Amino acid sequence: MSTIEKEASGSSELLVLLREQEAELSELRERLSRWEQSYAQAQERDSLFSTVSGREIKPLYTPLDRSASQYQDALGFPGEYPFTRGPYSTMYRTRLWTKRQFAGFGTAKETNERYKYLLKQGQTGLSVAFDFPTLMGFDSDHPRSLGEVGVCGVAISSLHDMERLFEGIPLNEVSVSMTINGPAIILFCFYVAAAEKQGVSPRVLRGTVQNDILKEYQAQHAWIFPPEPAIRCIVDMFEWCSENTPNYNPISISGYHIREAGATASQELAFTLRNGFEYVERAIARGLDVDSFSPHLSFFFDVHNDFFEEIAKFRAARRIWARMMREKYQAKNPESWRLRTHAQTAGVTLTAQQPENNIVRVAYQAMAAALGGTQSLHTNSMDETLALPTEKSVRIALRTQQVLAFESGVTNTIDPLAGSYFLEALTDELERDALAIFEEIDCLGGVVPAIEEGWFQREISMSAMLQQREVEAGDRVVVGVNRFTEGSEEDEIETLRIDPVIEESQVAQMADLRAHRDPEAVERRLRELQESSRTGENLVPRILECARVYCTLYEIRRAMEDVFDSYKEPVFF
Amino acid sequence: MLNIDQKIRVLVAKPGLDGHDRGAKVIASALRDAGFEVIYTGLHQTPEMIVNAAVQEDVHVVAMSILSGAHMTLFPKVRELLDGAGANRILLTGGGIIPVEDIEALESQGVGRLFGPGTPTTEVIDYIQNWFVGQDTF
Amino acid sequence: MNAVTGPLESALAELLERFHAAEAVALGRAISLVENERPGFEDFLHEVLRVGPSAARIGFTGPPGAGKSSLLSVVATIWRTRNEQLGVVAVDPTSPYSGGALLGDRIRMSDLATDPGIFIRSMATRGSLGGLATTTKEVIDLMDAFGFDRVLVETVGVGQTQIEITAAADTVIVVLVPESGDAIQAMKAGLMEIADIFVVNKADRPGADRLVKDLRQGLHLRVGTVLESEPVYHGLDLDRIRRKESGEEFKGPGWSPPVLSTVAQSGEGVEHLMDMIEAHRSWLEESGELEERRRARGKVRIQDVVDRELRRTAWHSDALLAVLDQGLDRIQKGKDTPYSVAWDIVNRLLR
Repeated sequence: MSTIEKEASGSSELLVLLREQEAELSELRERLSRWEQSYAQAQERDSLFSTVSGREIKPLYTPLDRSASQYQDALGFPGEYPFTRGPYSTMYRTRLWTKRQFAGFGTAKETNERYKYLLKQGQTGLSVAFDFPTLMGFDSDHPRSLGEVGVCGVAISSLHDMERLFEGIPLNEVSVSMTINGPAIILFCFYVAAAEKQGVSPRVLRGTVQNDILKEYQAQHAWIFPPEPAIRCIVDMFEWCSENTPNYNPISISGYHIREAGATASQELAFTLRNGFEYVERAIARGLDVDSFSPHLSFFFDVHNDFFEEIAKFRAARRIWARMMREKYQAKNPESWRLRTHAQTAGVTLTAQQPENNIVRVAYQAMAAALGGTQSLHTNSMDETLALPTEKSVRIALRTQQVLAFESGVTNTIDPLAGSYFLEALTDELERDALAIFEEIDCLGGVVPAIEEGWFQREISMSAMLQQREVEAGDRVVVGVNRFTEGSEEDEIETLRIDPVIEESQVAQMADLRAHRDPEAVERRLRELQESSRTGENLVPRILECARVYCTLYEIRRAMEDVFDSYKEPVFF
Repeated sequence: MLNIDQKIRVLVAKPGLDGHDRGAKVIASALRDAGFEVIYTGLHQTPEMIVNAAVQEDVHVVAMSILSGAHMTLFPKVRELLDGAGANRILLTGGGIIPVEDIEALESQGVGRLFGPGTPTTEVIDYIQNWFVGQDTF
Repeated sequence: MNAVTGPLESALAELLERFHAAEAVALGRAISLVENERPGFEDFLHEVLRVGPSAARIGFTGPPGAGKSSLLSVVATIWRTRNEQLGVVAVDPTSPYSGGALLGDRIRMSDLATDPGIFIRSMATRGSLGGLATTTKEVIDLMDAFGFDRVLVETVGVGQTQIEITAAADTVIVVLVPESGDAIQAMKAGLMEIADIFVVNKADRPGADRLVKDLRQGLHLRVGTVLESEPVYHGLDLDRIRRKESGEEFKGPGWSPPVLSTVAQSGEGVEHLMDMIEAHRSWLEESGELEERRRARGKVRIQDVVDRELRRTAWHSDALLAVLDQGLDRIQKGKDTPYSVAWDIVNRLLR
């Protein structure tokens, strides 16, 4: 007698029920095996039948694919542990996801005008895209910045630029998301100082800074310092923000860039969550209470082509995060278990050939994000493989979200695909994959040693190469690229051009700034920052002091770099 | 001199500050698999670093991947420095997010073919191999 | 191809001139000339090698992942601050499947990427198995002749025998890490015989102290009683070495390989390593060992050239190829064996 039977033996009714269920299951198994035999006779289409991540998909899923775990354990209710069905109890019935389009170009002044326009159109949140020099911690007038100032985002080299970026925009009302990592702590301080200038206290600031350095080493490569001091800066921010900015998310743990660099869905899921746990462990090691900072951890995932696998990924992510935070890290506050995420459609799936097709790709991906229960979404524009998007293509991308939200009906019920044999099986599979990858990372000694060995980078490159091979062999169809290519050459669309004058004007501004600030104060504050970098005290107040006297981004970076050293890319072919 | 059985040496470089190296790595691996000797510079290279490496490694081809929009600055600069270093025989090619008008402008400035996203790696390999035949080199 | 005698062809003469004028482009091209064994390369080497060797040649070898390039890059950076002119050759494996190679060692040295005082060249093994490419030794000669104070060589790290490096370098540094196995593995791999200096890199990791201790013990055995009948590499005087195998400092006239610990990433132990490299250099010079090693290298080079020339003469001769073909026919008919045909060819070659 099984344990269940033993427990049930008191009640003969229950026993009968169990037997009936068992009989039903065995009949199901039998019918499935018959169905499979007849299916085996069929001539399948010449197709891969696997996801873009290489996962084999069966022709049919049935109740037999469901995990043994009970509904309440594995799925539960939206807004309740383990959050598989959604982080909030009412989801899109009360509030749609935030349509947050990432924007920034040229100088602070130009971007400021764009932001004001967007706010007038009813947008409530801003998302700042910085140019490459800023992302790497270089001032606009540094020789390494040549040719890149203001090209792919806005150039911010000091508090002065940050003030101009938000001039006339009340920072106590607008939520601001900033995509910056290597020098995140510096740009964050510019932002806080700019708010101060407006008379806005940090306590009321709302928004997010990406600040996820681990995925930079693994995938996107906009790093400055080596892992240990870089992680210290992040924990400094957790600590400072938990005391001073109760409405601000000091990190957005990002799988997007990992996936874009070539990772599979399982790798994206596992690497991202494991990075998140790494930050949690580091903060706990600092002595922070897990429930003091965890409610402010936010996430950012990619939405790739494979519709169901992507939906399953979001659901698995919430379940894993909740379980680990509660069981392993002993978080008591349900807010610490709740994984909230931003999503962006996969830039890497866009094709330069027949660019209008990208509108369709983005639409499917966006729908997967909605069905996966994302909190905010950026939809890519069709022309992003050719240049920065034009106003028209940005508008189409935004309209895609609106059609999805208001016409498609997918927002009418919460987690509408739950209970699908296929989707639940996929969700379970992705969870299992992630746990196996966690184990592998632990065997390598943890996240940082694995980074230093180049393990993540190798894993990602390998996946990227396999995907490229499938496409080049023609096994993986990419419409307009390796199939249905008629007309690929003719479709030219208009693209946006950036004026090279921006760089000159930005360089002139810098000279002006350097001439008009208090050089003694600058030097003193930088020296103090350097001293604190050595001693290990929290760096946020020090960098804030530097920001207030108009030390530049690069000056602050240099002061820290002298102590912290710079990161060297490991070789990993 | 004949060069049919000679190894083609290619420097694959990521100039500028953008760290998106998926394309550079995919092309580096594909060139290796096609029998080329590929020298990979790593990320965040300045034009001076790239040209120095090209001279020391005596490569036949420099292939740069640029997704940051800085192509109009970086390609001409590397071409100019290569020529200045006496390495005008080196083919400068590459790829990235580069608008058609810019490709045409760069080609007129002595830059070779530039490839957009989604180009099959075989197309790049064929291009380099065809260029190489008929080059007079060691 | 003629023997090394006549004047250089004009293109090569021009290259030689620019080489002597210390133009980096000329060195780059000269290395290709030699690496590809293009017509005239031996004449070129003959011209270049008229000045004898002077650079200190230092080899870095060891298993993959030991951090050879990191360590090389750290010491190179320090030497550069002392204004020493450096040549670096980094060897990576050629893929046996495609014949291609991915050479990524420059990444480690990106801090020195625009420094005119260092010249870095990556080489693919192109089928050679000894840890170096077939022509790496010639390339080192070129760099020496170009005027560098030191030429640093990094071998491939794919677990093959690394024995070639002993014929290429004056000082061989074997780099190990705690993860690369125990001292027994090092002995089995033949590393005890080739090392002038042992470095346990990444010494902040668990197992490092153990490896250092085991290596010292292994070296003790090597120069102690067990292997006494077998000369250590380079034929050192065992009696003299035996006196000082335990310490790390060089004192007596013999040389026993010290075992050092480093952490390339933090620079820990690197200064000490550099001191030992200097000490080894002094010992090489004072003991006369350097001359012996150079002489041994010369001998190997002459043999190599003779081998290569004989091979070339044989297999580029239509007459001898005909003999080979006819021999194959006769073997097929059972009238000859590979040995009789080979002897026939050798006899004709020597005539």
